[in-house]
Amino acid sequence: MSTDRVSTDRVSADRFTPGARVRTRSTDPAGHTRLPRYARGAVGVLVELAGRHPLADDRARGATGEAQPVWHVRFAAADLFGTGDHTVTVELWQDYLTPVEDA
Amino acid sequence: MSDNHGSSVISARVRHVEALLEARGLLDAGEIDTRIDEFLAGGTPANGARIVARAWVDAGFTDRLLADANAAIREVGLSMAGGLQEQRLKVVANTAEGHNVVVCTLCSCYPIALLGPSPSWYKSEAYRSRVVRDPRGVLAEFGLQLPAGTSIAVWDASAESRYLVLPRRPEGTPGLTEEALAGLVTRKGLIGTAAV
Repeated sequence: MSTDRVSTDRVSADRFTPGARVRTRSTDPAGHTRLPRYARGAVGVLVELAGRHPLADDRARGATGEAQPVWHVRFAAADLFGTGDHTVTVELWQDYLTPVEDA
Repeated sequence: MSDNHGSSVISARVRHVEALLEARGLLDAGEIDTRIDEFLAGGTPANGARIVARAWVDAGFTDRLLADANAAIREVGLSMAGGLQEQRLKVVANTAEGHNVVVCTLCSCYPIALLGPSPSWYKSEAYRSRVVRDPRGVLAEFGLQLPAGTSIAVWDASAESRYLVLPRRPEGTPGLTEEALAGLVTRKGLIGTAAV
């Protein structure tokens, strides 16, 4: 949609760019979150920007934060479950992610 | 909406909240039913099938669909803007090398405008918890035996996007019209739990 195209143009100003390796938050928050448990503390690769939205965790508490990038993040199943040759792509808000420095 | 819940606990809670909202003048009686009817109106797997059939006969449309599905589906008269705000649509294409399958592990997010209400198995805990771990096994239970060399990508609708799988066009269909091709497309094919 048009709002996505605008935000895609501004993606370089964000904390991440496509192709970056990121690690997801490992903590168990007290309230609502959209970081699935199986994807906690895992390393994945940013595939594509999926738009900008206020953090769902905040919205569930009635707070309305600023919209932030939401990313399609791809994980190898073996990194999530210790087994499997497939990939799982999850949509994650930027706040869930920290950069992983390449060795 | 209060007459359409399987769980009596949830039904009672929804009825109570609805009554409170009506008592405070925030909601007109029956307003929720009207809004739900409006949202569901026209939502059917036939919409997804039309998108797929167009993609099978028009390579340019396929490119546009994979690049910006929200814009592309307007070419066939469809839209993801029927709700409170337009939802982003992501279309993922199956190939000879790779198969896609969609799930919402956290709840049951689903492109209702393009597929209608979701099937009960899509909302089941078994499907939601197992397909991310063992998609090859789950797809086999659906009757879809993928070759060992076919890679599988699972898409978890954990945020604001909705997903549609673009199945591979079946062999032996070069002479079929777009309309006839649409008739071959199944709901499971659009979710990725079956080939077409």
